[in-house]
Amino acid sequence: MTFPHHRHAAHCESGVVSNLVCHHGVPITEAMAFGLSAALSFAYLPFIKLSGLPLIAYRQPPRSIIRGLGKVLEAEFRFETFRNPAAGQARLDELLAQGHVVGLQTSVYWLPYFPEDMRFHFNAHNLLVFGKEGNDYLISDPVGEQTVRCDAASLSRARFARGVLAPRGLLYTMQKPGVSTITSRAARKAILKTCRTMLAPLPIIGVRGIKTLASRVARLDPAAHRSSLFVGHIIRMQEEIGTGGAGFRFLYAAFLQEVASLSGMGMLSGFSDRLMLIGDGWRAFALATARMVKGRDALNPVILADLLRDLSRQEEVFFRDLKTALN
Amino acid sequence: MDLQNVPQDGNKTLGGYRKAVYARDAGGHIVVAASNGWEVEEIVTSQAVEEMRSLAETARQNAINGLSSTLEYWMYARRMDLLLLAQSTGIWRWRIRRHFRPEIFARLSPGMLKRYAEALGLAVQQLQRLP
Repeated sequence: MTFPHHRHAAHCESGVVSNLVCHHGVPITEAMAFGLSAALSFAYLPFIKLSGLPLIAYRQPPRSIIRGLGKVLEAEFRFETFRNPAAGQARLDELLAQGHVVGLQTSVYWLPYFPEDMRFHFNAHNLLVFGKEGNDYLISDPVGEQTVRCDAASLSRARFARGVLAPRGLLYTMQKPGVSTITSRAARKAILKTCRTMLAPLPIIGVRGIKTLASRVARLDPAAHRSSLFVGHIIRMQEEIGTGGAGFRFLYAAFLQEVASLSGMGMLSGFSDRLMLIGDGWRAFALATARMVKGRDALNPVILADLLRDLSRQEEVFFRDLKTALN
Repeated sequence: MDLQNVPQDGNKTLGGYRKAVYARDAGGHIVVAASNGWEVEEIVTSQAVEEMRSLAETARQNAINGLSSTLEYWMYARRMDLLLLAQSTGIWRWRIRRHFRPEIFARLSPGMLKRYAEALGLAVQQLQRLP
């Protein structure tokens, strides 16, 4: 049994939802799914801790891509959570028997096919199940190039992991496909929403959030072991956990470029180029940080904070201009 | 990022996987490219993995020396911390901290041991031993 709509994606949620929508006959790229759901963001949430480190996100919270895209496409997704693993597995088997392709939210840690060093207790991973053979589920995990298999016990454990963002066995199916063409109007609305998020008057969100994170970094004690872990953690959230590079900035640039071909949106191709350059700036920040983590350069929080402040300024100008261009 | 600059550093941490990144081809189109890793990512991931390994190793030594129970070792070996273990078992943190004391851990009821073992993906006998 194969799943012809498995495509390699940068990010699990945008990958899963675009592959699922394709399966239902609406050809859509990962970048389009990401952009139309207005998923680009920045959030620094010091009061939510993952392994003792603050939550730093370069995108909107889990499930917002699926919900957001559903709204834009007028498609209908059905979400179900479960009290106990047995009920969750029974329902999954039932849906598969009916021929559905089913989306799941899982922990990364308990998925045996993940590389050992990438297995952390992160609970908002997404994947598609497209079949079952014997005791194995057939899985299209878009962060991998090929489809994989996972035994029932491990998958159940991954679905019912507890902790921050616990999936509670969440599964989702697409009930009806909705519209199949993407209009300039829908794209414009989504982009303006992202501009609003990035320019939000809140100190922990968008360009202001980046600035607040910069101030936090500037206060780190260069001699403390914890400081190195803190800055390393920022880079993991930005690059390693599947963002397509530069904390989703490259992915969003791909979206802007795709939208530029819609009628009346030609001006976006210049914005796409600009965002690619800003993304290169984020990559330079990652490189500078990694050199300090590795000890090739001395840990200098002030330099890193300045790089972050500069990125915040660049993104502020960028999203202001983008907003003006669309109004 | 241009296509020819997509890092192919062969990260050990990716275990042979390739990840999708977005880069610009010669014609200026942004396309998906498969990367077998960027050294920057390997550095920060290894740092996080190493940190957890060292916490587990310290806990292992403490368990050998009778300063801590095997529960603390297994918590770190499963890449958890006190908060996550508390959330995964539904046991309060102060109680778990108490169970880190070897003499108290030795007296835990079978039901309590089972709760810990299940949350950590272990058999009860494993939980009571070091590997």
